[in-house]
Amino acid sequence: MTFAFYVIAALTVAGGLAAVLLRNTVHCALAVTIAFAGLAMLFLDLDAQFAGFAQILVYIGAVAILIVFAILLTRNSETPRDGVFSRNWFAGLFVAAAIFAVLGWAVLHSIAVLPNHAAVPAVTVAQIGQALVGRYVLPLEIVALLLTAAMIGAVIIALDEKGRTK
Amino acid sequence: MTPLSGFLLVAALVFAIGLAGALTRRNAILVLIGIELMLNAANLNLIAFWRYGPHPAALTGMMFAIFSIAVAAAEAAVGLGLVIAIYRHARTTDLDQMNRMKG
Repeated sequence: MTFAFYVIAALTVAGGLAAVLLRNTVHCALAVTIAFAGLAMLFLDLDAQFAGFAQILVYIGAVAILIVFAILLTRNSETPRDGVFSRNWFAGLFVAAAIFAVLGWAVLHSIAVLPNHAAVPAVTVAQIGQALVGRYVLPLEIVALLLTAAMIGAVIIALDEKGRTK
Repeated sequence: MTPLSGFLLVAALVFAIGLAGALTRRNAILVLIGIELMLNAANLNLIAFWRYGPHPAALTGMMFAIFSIAVAAAEAAVGLGLVIAIYRHARTTDLDQMNRMKG
């Protein structure tokens, strides 16, 4: 447990909390970007360089931009008139707190069998590429198909219906 | 506290925050943000178990996280497209006001 871990973890949790609690939707999008960046730094802290940079590219580069675009395309979602939380917010908060309590209890009370001071795995990008086109080639193709289908589906869903004037 | 349990606790906290956001916010986009946070927490778990697991050279957890990131990107695109389509129809993204099955 290094000092960097505590700083990055605090940043991530603060970003997530701000994304959930802030009133302005644009501020929430910025806060969730901070949380994504913190998670990418946690990946880098775990010596998973490829996953960390993929996280930065996909989440900060694409998903955050998508969220901002969606906020701008739905204009009146920026300024809520009567509260930002739903009527039965207490039940949701209770469920989330209960799940965190169960997960935290399970983590803290489980017996550690994994080697907790394992050597840094020497994984290069070349090895990841070899694995992607070797052992994991079928999942890679399925993900390619899924991304194509999702792209076409998103365009069709968000397309204006024919014959409708705005 | 071992390093692995530290990362697992952070992942559990982020998951709980995302779940609270998805369950309590009224704006559909904010609900999607909560779902993204939950997916990210799961990815952090996968990477942490890969790092401290017995066979990190097998790359299993890393590959799972990378494919999970790809699927999450597709999910975000389709989800936000749905939000925009609903907004065009109902002129709101407030989930409490979307109480009709028939448009």
